[in-house]
Order: sequence, then C-alpha cells, then structure tokens
Amino acid sequence: MMKTAGPMLEIKKLNVSIHGAPILEELNLTVRAGEVAAIMGPNGSGKSTLAYVIAGKPDYDIVSGEIRFDGENLLELEPSERAQMGAFLAFQYPVEIPGVATMTFLKAALNAQRRSRGEADLTTPDFMRRVREASQTLKIDQEMLRRPLNVGFSGGEKKRLEILQMELLRPRLCVLDETDSGLDIDALKVVSDGVNALRDPDRAFLVITHYQRLLEHIRPDVVHVMAKGRIVASGGPELALELERNGYRHYAEAAA
Amino acid sequence: MAAVQETVDRVRSIDVEAYKYGFVSPIESDVAPKGLNEDIIRFISARKEEPEWLLAWRLDAFRRWLTMDAPKWARVEYPPIDFQDIHYFSAPKTTPGPKSLDDVDPELLRTYAKLGIPLVEQEILAGVERPRVAVDAVFDSVSVATTFKAELAKVGVIFCSFSEAVRNHPDLVRRYLGTVVPATDNFYATLNSAVFSDGSFVYVPPGVRCPMELSTYFRINEKNTGQFERTLIVADKGSYVSYLEGCTAPKRDENQLHAAVVELVALEDAEIKYSTVQNWYPGDAEGRGGIYNFVTKRGDCRGARSKISWTQVETGSAITWKYPSCILRGEASRGEFYSIAISNGRQQVDSGTKMIHLGRNTRSRIISKGIAAGKSQNTYRGQVSAHRLATGARNFTNCDSLLIGHQCGAHTVPYIEAKNASAVIEHEATTSKVSEEQLFYCLQRGLSAEEATALIVNGFVRDVLQQLPMEFAVEAQKLIAISLEGSVG
Repeated sequence: MMKTAGPMLEIKKLNVSIHGAPILEELNLTVRAGEVAAIMGPNGSGKSTLAYVIAGKPDYDIVSGEIRFDGENLLELEPSERAQMGAFLAFQYPVEIPGVATMTFLKAALNAQRRSRGEADLTTPDFMRRVREASQTLKIDQEMLRRPLNVGFSGGEKKRLEILQMELLRPRLCVLDETDSGLDIDALKVVSDGVNALRDPDRAFLVITHYQRLLEHIRPDVVHVMAKGRIVASGGPELALELERNGYRHYAEAAA
Repeated sequence: MAAVQETVDRVRSIDVEAYKYGFVSPIESDVAPKGLNEDIIRFISARKEEPEWLLAWRLDAFRRWLTMDAPKWARVEYPPIDFQDIHYFSAPKTTPGPKSLDDVDPELLRTYAKLGIPLVEQEILAGVERPRVAVDAVFDSVSVATTFKAELAKVGVIFCSFSEAVRNHPDLVRRYLGTVVPATDNFYATLNSAVFSDGSFVYVPPGVRCPMELSTYFRINEKNTGQFERTLIVADKGSYVSYLEGCTAPKRDENQLHAAVVELVALEDAEIKYSTVQNWYPGDAEGRGGIYNFVTKRGDCRGARSKISWTQVETGSAITWKYPSCILRGEASRGEFYSIAISNGRQQVDSGTKMIHLGRNTRSRIISKGIAAGKSQNTYRGQVSAHRLATGARNFTNCDSLLIGHQCGAHTVPYIEAKNASAVIEHEATTSKVSEEQLFYCLQRGLSAEEATALIVNGFVRDVLQQLPMEFAVEAQKLIAISLEGSVG
C-alpha cells in the first residue's frame, strides 16, 4: 500500500432507507488514500445508493451511522461542500441541462471549486488550455463541448465527459458508479486509461461495477462484495475473478 | 430532500427587499396636483407648450376614457385604482429644458450613474470596446437628455423626446401618432393618450441604417406619480433601427401606475428591433408596493417585407399586463416576439403577444420563456390570427414555462384563429420544473444552489437571450441572476 496514513473514507454502521424501506444496513467500509477499491454486487444490493449517499443526494433517509472523509463527518455537509472537499461522483446516468453549453458548465464548476479554496477564477485561455489537454487524452471532440451539457450525447460521450470533469476538478475521492455500463470495448479502454492516469498516492477510487470486465482495465487493490445492503466479503483482485466464475448467488444467500 | 427543500425555503423567504435600484433621488420636482380632470390635461398640455390639435386629441381621449372600464380578463388581481389619487405630471425642476448635459441637475446625473446608465457621452466614448448607444433618459414625466443627437442628425435620424418632436417635427408626429394604437384602443392606452407626459420619438429616413443602438431609460422617482410615457418610432422605407428600453423605479410602500404606449411603424422593407429590459420595483415579499405595469405596445408592419421584432426581459413590476404585438399588414412582412418573463415573490405577470396576420405570406414567430418562483403567477397570453386575405400566413409559437418551488403557477392561454385554409399555425408549449436531478448534479460539481439555479435558468432562456443586442444580453443575464437571488438565497 502506498501510504499508511489514516483512512481517507471511513463508513461505520451506516443504515439508510428510502420511503421507510432499508437499503443499506450496518454497512462498514474503509478506503485508504492511494487505494482503488472495487465494489461488486448484484442488482439491488445498494451499490448506487452507497455512491449517492456519499455524495449527499437528498432522496435518502440516513437512519444511523457515519461517513468520514479525511476525518470530517460528511453527513453534516451539503452536497456542494462535499464536492468542494474533493468528493466526486461519476454518475451512472449523467444529467442533461438544456441550453447550458458543456464548456460553460465545466468552467462554472471549476471556478466554484477554486473559489471555495480561496483561489481566483481561471482566465479563459488557462481554462481552455486545460480543457484541451484533458479532452485529448479522453478523445473528446471540442465540438462536443460546445453542445448543451449531455443533451443528445451518446452513452460513451456522457461517460467520457464524467471522466473529463474528474480530470479537470482533480478530486481526492472518486466514486465511479457503473462507469462501464453502456460502453463498447473501445470506449471502455479510453475511459479506463483516463482513470488510470489519475491514480495517485493521494487519491482514492471507489469503483462500482457489476462486471469483472472493467477491472481488467482498472486494476483494483481491493475488491468488496456487496449484497443486501452490506459488505459481505472483501479480498484482493482474485475475488473479482471468482465472482465472474461463480456469480453472486452464494454471497446473496449468505447475506440473507 | 435537503438541497431542494432549501431552495424552496429560500424561494419563500424571497428577498425582493434587496431591490438594488430602490433609492430615491432628492431632486426638487414640479408636480401637478393630484387628480384627473380636463384642467389637469390642459395643464399638462400647456406646460409642454403643445399645439391646439394635440390638446384636442388629449381631451377627446379623456372623454372617451370616462366611458370605459378597466380590463378584467387578465389573470391578475389588484384592488381598484383610485385615479384621482395620482399625480399626472412630475418634472424635475430644471426649467427651461436642458440644452446639454451640463445643464442637467447633477443629482439627476448621479442617479443615472447609480443606475449604470451611460448617459454622459464622454464615459461612453472612453469605453474602448463598448458599443455606442444613444440614450434618451425619461425621469418621471420628462425626457431629460438625449445623447449623440448631433451624430444622429448627420444621417438624418431624429431621436429626441416626444415633446421636442411635437415642437420640432409636428407633421411627422401628427401623421403617425395614434395610427397604431388609436386613442380609443383600450382603457390604459386611452388614459395614456389623455395624460401622456413624455417619451421618445424616433424617425429613421428612407434607406438609412441607424448607425448606433438607440436607448431610453425610464425611471419613476416621485411619490404617487403615474408614469405615462409615449414612444413613437417610425422606420421609413428600407431603413433599420434597433431600440433598447430599460426601466427602474425606487421602492415605495404604495403601488405606482405605469401606463405607457409604444407605437412602431415599419414602412416598406424597413426593420425595427425593439428590446426591453424591464426591472420596475416588484414590491416587497408580502406584495406591498411595486409598479403596476399596464402597457400597450404595438407595431405596424405597414409596408411590404417590413419586419418588427420585440424582445423583452421582464423581471420587475408587481403586476405586468403587457402584450407587445405586431400587425402584419404589408405583404410578406414579418413579426417576432422573444420574451423572458421572470416572476418571484408575489409578482403577477400576464404577458404575451398578438400576431395579427392581414397581408399575404406574412410570417410570425413567438418564443416565450416564463419562469415562476416564490408565490408568483406567470401567464402567457398570446393571440395569433390569420385573416381572410392573409393567404400563406405562417406562425410558429413556442412557449415554455419553468417552475421553481411549488407555490407558484405558470399558465398558457393561446388564442388561435385562422380564417383562410392556407394559413399554417404551430403552437408548442411545455411546462417543467427545475429538476432535483439537475440541481444535484450541479451541486455535486461544487456549485452552490444559487449558482446552479441561475445556470439552469440561463440555459432555459438562452434562445431568447441570443436575440438581445450584445450589451443588453450581458445586462439581462445579470438581471436574471439578481431577480433569482431572492429565490435561492
């Protein structure tokens, strides 16, 4: 492991429900700086809920438990404050905002985060240069950035744009919610390369996926298996291969 | 629900008190006694040294007005207006009329400076990249100064106060006044015809492309004063003019009436682009005070292939009752209406347009974006009619409404009438809310709820913002952010 500092993300006994129905139950999870942790699990196991709850999506009831990011209680912070602290969620379904040019949105987000750190807004040429550099690695066409945010984008374009934002905002905790879904093999490669380029001893990734496929490109340090709203097994990358062979049934039954 | 709930709470605690233009200028003014009768009208006309025919025109209008009732069909509510409790004339005391900016009360110039109006020519000229704009400023009832007059005169463009036009160009005024909005048109237009105080006059001679944007700023300053300005713009054959209008008023506890009339005449192949950024005081959070904006604006595409385009950004006023319209009389003439109407607090907006297709192959286009927040009510009311001889008439209407919070209302009331089989009229309408998903996505990227809402709203109105002259688009964008400030913090 790269660094032996305290955990970057620490979730303890987290219970979350929606409309009274429990989704996460007594969930415990620790992610260290520099670590790439994969979360695998069947549909409905609560993976996306976990991602949303870390980011602060307002639809959930946090019944009990805690989420600490760099020791701070995330649950007391607004979603924008969590983002400004460096928590980033690459959405499974990125949202469309008609009429707002993607470039405008990127600039607004980047400058909002800079201001929260007391830094000056980027000048337009500086901003353009950063976007150009980042979009080259991700094979993003400049023309796409002039279109309204995510409106009419293909699945692959949307996901690449999520990674572009990650690249520009340079968050410390990156939560990737099924970033591989809807990607063909070439796009998967581009996106994975983008993620790998950001691997850093000071940055952690929580990679949520159904399939081993993504983990062939983004090699995890740790694999957690999630079922029925909790982590039921943890291990090295070999755990993902085992899941690929035997499926989740065994774990789902164990959690029941 | 935290973020969205917060947005909603902030909408509720709407801070219309923060109205940025709500200062009162301590200027001595010369006010007519309250009340309305023939003597007051004679007083106004005498003060303006008007010719006999204009006084007669005013008195005719007044007598007609006495027989009329205020319109009741709009979706707005307000207590009956006591027309005897209003001052119908208020002029800053700087008589005789200013010859140049040097003669204008410095306090008045400071007021305009506060408003950010580029009144002083030097300032405008000093700004290297700033496009040049000729400004006529109307303070309460009197037009104060018109910049760039000399330069405009070189190409034959007349841009002056209405009173001045009556004195110096009586034939032009007489030929066109009341030909688009007749003195008998409707309750408020008729009232205006009787008591109108000042306004702007523009005449662009044949074939002339007006070399700069023309602009008027209106400001109501005096207490209990109605503002009844009258604007007349005539674009002669083959000419072009772009005209901008901006409005503000100080904060008052009582409502103030603003009943203006704007008439546009476009002759053959002429084009008029009329843009408004309306930011009258909207009243406080409980709906006290604010301007009643009851305005009649109409353009007549009198000549073949003429074009009139209305663009408006409406953020102020307690009540807005306003339908900038086009009469498409000339063959193949075109009318356009682009509107952004934002209401917050307890504002009531009933606004839209009329496109009256009379000539053959006339075309019109309506793009309306209504945004309702707080406890406001926002109605789009539009009429499109194609008359019997208007063969090949074509209209496209798109009106979208955006709701912020759940205590506001958006309504769309289209009237569509086709009297010939070849007319094609399209109407599209949508109503949406700023979605929680959109907000959360923005928040997750580090934007505040306020920044996120402004961004989403700016995206929503983009089609219309693009229609505004560059300089105004920037101002309008700021204004949108300011008027939504109350709604999200």
